[in-house]
Amino acid sequence: MRIELVKRKERSQFMALFSPLIAVGMTVLAAGIIFAVTGHNPLEALYKFFIEPLTQQWSLEATINKATPLILIGCGLAVCYLSNNWNIGAEGQFVVGALFGSILPVLFPSFENVATLPLMLIFGAVGGALWALIPAVLKTRFNTNEILTSLMLVYVASLILDYLVRGPWRDPDGYNFPESRIFSDAATLPDVFGGLMSLSTPITILIAVILAVVLAKTLKGFEIRVMGESPRAGGFAGFSAKGLTLFSFALAGGLAGLAGTMEVSGGLNQLLPVISPGYGFTAIIVAFLGRLNPIAIIVAGFVLALSYIGGEGVQSAMGVSNKIASVIQGLLLFFVLACDTLILYRVRMVSRRVSAAEVSHV
Amino acid sequence: MGDDVEETTLSEENGTMIQQRRSGQDTLLDARGLTKRFGDILANDKVDLVINKGEIHALLGENGAGKSTLVKMFYGSLEPDGGEINWQGNNVDIGNPAAARELGIGMVFQHFSLFEALTVVENIALALPNPGNMTALAERIQAVSREYGLPLNPGDIVADLPVGIRQRIEIVRCLLQEPQLIIMDEPTSVLTPQEADQLFLTLQRLAEEGCAVLYISHRLEEVKRICHHATILRHGQVVRECDPTKETPASLASMMVGADVASVSAAEQKPDIGETRLGLHNLSARAATPFATALNGISLDLRAGEVVAIAGVAGNGQGELFDAISGEMPVAPEMIKLDGTPCGTKSITWRRKREAAFVPEERLGHGAVPGLKLSQNIVLTRHATGDRLVGAGFVSTTQAGLLEKRIKQAFDVRMSHDDPEARSLSGGNLQKFVVGRELDRNPGVLIVNQPTWGVDAGAAALIRQALIDLARSGSAVLVISQDLDEIFEIADRIAVISRGYLSAAEPASDMTRERVGLLMAGEAENQGEMADAH
Repeated sequence: MRIELVKRKERSQFMALFSPLIAVGMTVLAAGIIFAVTGHNPLEALYKFFIEPLTQQWSLEATINKATPLILIGCGLAVCYLSNNWNIGAEGQFVVGALFGSILPVLFPSFENVATLPLMLIFGAVGGALWALIPAVLKTRFNTNEILTSLMLVYVASLILDYLVRGPWRDPDGYNFPESRIFSDAATLPDVFGGLMSLSTPITILIAVILAVVLAKTLKGFEIRVMGESPRAGGFAGFSAKGLTLFSFALAGGLAGLAGTMEVSGGLNQLLPVISPGYGFTAIIVAFLGRLNPIAIIVAGFVLALSYIGGEGVQSAMGVSNKIASVIQGLLLFFVLACDTLILYRVRMVSRRVSAAEVSHV
Repeated sequence: MGDDVEETTLSEENGTMIQQRRSGQDTLLDARGLTKRFGDILANDKVDLVINKGEIHALLGENGAGKSTLVKMFYGSLEPDGGEINWQGNNVDIGNPAAARELGIGMVFQHFSLFEALTVVENIALALPNPGNMTALAERIQAVSREYGLPLNPGDIVADLPVGIRQRIEIVRCLLQEPQLIIMDEPTSVLTPQEADQLFLTLQRLAEEGCAVLYISHRLEEVKRICHHATILRHGQVVRECDPTKETPASLASMMVGADVASVSAAEQKPDIGETRLGLHNLSARAATPFATALNGISLDLRAGEVVAIAGVAGNGQGELFDAISGEMPVAPEMIKLDGTPCGTKSITWRRKREAAFVPEERLGHGAVPGLKLSQNIVLTRHATGDRLVGAGFVSTTQAGLLEKRIKQAFDVRMSHDDPEARSLSGGNLQKFVVGRELDRNPGVLIVNQPTWGVDAGAAALIRQALIDLARSGSAVLVISQDLDEIFEIADRIAVISRGYLSAAEPASDMTRERVGLLMAGEAENQGEMADAH
């Protein structure tokens, strides 16, 4: 008896939309079992993990603030991954974006007017895009592996940030603490909706919606999907693989850089040696959890942000290790990928022994 | 021989063949009521088939008629859902290909499974259960290959060998196991006429020794020539059995299709030749990979109103030539001219905007994206050609849907439901779609590589007629094909490509199969080199 995966001839549109919900349901079920096995009341723990963060103002704010950069970076990465460009370096693009965005408030603190904030955001996006273009150009010119180069540039970016904050960009009035000067009001993203969220959240949602339309309805979106699935057919259609590599890296880097600038401008209000709890890497999970669809990525970003806050919640209230958050994130990713597999393949039981080599031979 | 046993008889009243039980003491394989179901589709429906010793037995049918399914059950790689297989009088359960080989059933595949970096003897050793000593095996290979007129040098590296020799390796590998039944799936589709003749001699030799051959082919001429008996499948059922030597290719084709196949008419109407639309001038390109073919000084003028066909055995530069003409592989500007404008470096989109259209050999993954719907696959090649598919950067789903319906109707593309993903279409239907997608534009210049590869007789006739009609309406059509029947059917002029050299295009009426065969086997190369020298 053997189990085989047989490719389905066509994918079910309905199941493609429904499968993340099944995955979330199964994650909740598995999480409940884990809580029960470790000797906690599963219903209480599930409530504290998944529901309670949404019931209190402070934890809801925290969830939204954590979700925002995840969504924005995840959207950019989705474009990369859809077009078969494996950008793993969003964390570095986030950091370099934050550095570029901080040029005005740190080096020109007296430049305070209505143009300050828009210019910072543009600088941030350009910085992230330039940083992302390094692996893209290396790939198109020298055929290097973009996974390695984009990942390695993360550490370069982090070290540059560290150097600047401890050295030339250190706050002159900061008692030698490794941090930049505090941004002025003109360089600070305002809060909206009664302080529930920073302006960065509506900007992020707007960008996600625009990207969703671009991907679903425009020729550029068509090009991205075709190149991802079948580069040969994309070339036949007249699309340029190199051009798309540059485009998708620049877009993903630009969005990550924008997220970086909005994080330092709207949240931290200054540069610190470390400005990201790994947003750029977590956003990879967000992108896949959202099935590389910007609208679904909004939801996925919230789910992952929720798991961070919920993990802290069950730790403080019930003494559950906060590693449970990572376990649940992992379970979620596992179930999503499993559901995806079943959309593309169906399971067949084979009672007879036929070696795989022979089957593929025919 | 099969003919000596109880024969099929012709019932005079209605003119149809009725099969008597052909099984007798010489029966090798007797399959009864074989049934195989894939989901909703009955691939084989109570198929009866008898193969006698020493018989070359043709298995005919359109694509999707169930031929491959049937032979896979004989070879043990598929399990029947019903029915039984009797081998030399004993009921057997062929569990896997190894069991089939033990019984004495061998198979030569259409697509070779050889490791290019290894030698002939190494490849054969890999496929044998007990290869034993390599030197001894090499001697056995030489003995067997000499005996059957299939000369092989066991020490040769496969990558250096032409396709015909590679097929020999597969056949010798099969013969080493002393099979009593050899199943061959489209063996001549990759051979020159001369290589095919050589293969036929081998098959006849095998048959004389009592070995049976189950022969799958779309080439009805050769079936008539070498096969003793034919079984015709349609929609998974045996519809007819006959003696192919007493039939004509046309009658065989109509049995397969179940209706008369419209004969393609090219010759009646003289082409009305116009201006040169596509000019190739000393087109050369280096091989991009070790397994690619370099193009060497190819020149050709393709004029409005004519069909020019390029014959040649697979892998002689057809793909590279197509990519250069389409613009997927840039070459020097002057090497390719569209209506006199140098365009060797221009994009495929630029060329499409100037009335050129292209149909590549590979339908899935090159001509169409497998996971996209047909309507979206129309956008693939027509987004820039003024079909109102794209407005202000947005793709019009409505317009794509309209075009999809139009192409579906005009080219009889059959699908299980409306606008399916390209991957779910059968090969023949998808080919009708990708050809139809370009013909629907009414292009001024059409380049098509292997227009009817793996397509059944009915669809092939439809596509060929459409190509001729396009040329007669004033367009220039270039057909790259391995199928000589097709080439002689539709071409006004014929050129031959061999190792990246192209012979001069000569009027089809002056060409013979023998001459094309000689050009295929390397004569084109010499001619091309001479042209190069000038």
